Amino acid sequence: MEESGYFDFSPIVNNIHESLAASFSPGWAMAIAWALIGITLILFAALSVIILVYVERKVAAFFQVRLGPMRVGPWGLLQTVADFIKLLMKEHITSRNADKFLFNLAPFIIVTAAFLGLGAIPFALGLHIFDINIGLFYITAVSSVGVLGILLGGWAGNNKYSLIGALRSGAQIVSYELSITLSLLAVVVLAGSLQLSEIIASQENGWWIFKGHISAWIAFVIFMIAGTAETNRGPFDLAEAESELTAGFHTEYSGIKFAMFFLAEYLSLFIIASVGATVFFGGWLPFHIGTWQAFNHIMDYIPPIVWFFGKVAGIIGIIMWFKWTFPRLRIDQLLILEWKYLLPINLFNLILVSFIALMGWYF
Amino acid sequence: MERILFYLIAAVIIVFSVLTVTSRRILRAAVYLLFVLMATAGFYFMLNYNFLGAVQLTVYSGGIVVLIVFAVLLTAHMDHKLDPPDRLKALAVGLLSLFGMGITLYALRSFPWAVTALPEGAYDIEAIGMRLLSYGDKGYVLPFEVISVLLLAAMVAAIIIAKKSTSND
Repeated sequence: MEESGYFDFSPIVNNIHESLAASFSPGWAMAIAWALIGITLILFAALSVIILVYVERKVAAFFQVRLGPMRVGPWGLLQTVADFIKLLMKEHITSRNADKFLFNLAPFIIVTAAFLGLGAIPFALGLHIFDINIGLFYITAVSSVGVLGILLGGWAGNNKYSLIGALRSGAQIVSYELSITLSLLAVVVLAGSLQLSEIIASQENGWWIFKGHISAWIAFVIFMIAGTAETNRGPFDLAEAESELTAGFHTEYSGIKFAMFFLAEYLSLFIIASVGATVFFGGWLPFHIGTWQAFNHIMDYIPPIVWFFGKVAGIIGIIMWFKWTFPRLRIDQLLILEWKYLLPINLFNLILVSFIALMGWYF
Repeated sequence: MERILFYLIAAVIIVFSVLTVTSRRILRAAVYLLFVLMATAGFYFMLNYNFLGAVQLTVYSGGIVVLIVFAVLLTAHMDHKLDPPDRLKALAVGLLSLFGMGITLYALRSFPWAVTALPEGAYDIEAIGMRLLSYGDKGYVLPFEVISVLLLAAMVAAIIIAKKSTSND
């Protein structure tokens, strides 16, 4: 990156690393660094999920011309904190005929998958837990494990509602995984790398959504649809369709284990949104217009981390908008949408984008 | 640190491999298999071969185990337990496994391993891609295409089988 006017987090990270390395043996320094990263990640996840749940309730309320939570704290800001404390104090119920080992394991699988994905996301320049050379592929790989948590959780409860919910969700996630990966591949073809920091660096002179024009737009629309389906959110929330299946795959869960499913759902929403922001909207890069120097300079004053979270918030906003606008699909409509429309369009788009990249028809 | 991690992962693999074949509940066996496969992916990540690790995660954990679990969900009942195998079979399998382990250990012991350092950084995935599609020396384009055709044939076959059963009703 030629102009490094952006605020770089790597000196801070290096400082922490060096002070650890100075006062402990290498093994311990590594272990302490891991522990620090883990604690930060857990705190970040808990905080962001609490905020996301609050925002979702407010967004839902505004779509339905209500006020939403207003009583606990100013504008109901503390409502989700109160809800979270309530969830923590609730009784753990394991039904007698459940498969106890799998029942207790399922929430951990799904939360672990979500956290593993969070590790590869670049929040700002230098603020990156691991910048792996296959970043994008890694995120899709670990998030594909999460579906096992849903399948096992639905089965282990020994309840037919949760079993149906799990089967639906399995069919849905396995199918839409294809679309999400193929739509991301469109940008990978343009950027020529799977490493997230390089994908961001390739957008220094313009985000891929603008540079990649037609094929990037197709890829982005498909990414949004498939991403909504991947996170099991409305209008694709058949796995927990309240009106048919009580609560779908997590019907039998209560207290903290239910909270873990909840946490994973919102974390994966965050991961999908940040992958979208990174791949299509330049991650933490500020918004620049060609050669408008003055405008670009003003934009540079906004720190990268604000840009990143702003973009993520925008995408999350769109996904929430979907949820509260469209009616829920039936399972056959859902699968037809994926296999008969999105997948062929996606494959065609991949050929188109390869052609565009070969001919150099992007900016 | 690396050594501790290695032994930890190796222990996970051994324990869960044994549990996979001894568990009498089929879904639990599938989950133990998942742990084995994920621990193997851990080894690949330790070797800095990130690409293979992610492939292992997608193909085995996200693909094959999900498929197995899906099939079990559709067929088996929760209370269903597999019958314990009879003694003779268990003994024969045990002996066979020991024999296989002996051969493997002998091969490992007698092979002159050239010790090399871990390469700096991760394996270059561009190089993997180039090699996969190159015609030249050490190119893998032929196996790649053969596998593609095989997968296509398998998919067509799966669709035909699925169609047949609906037209018969």
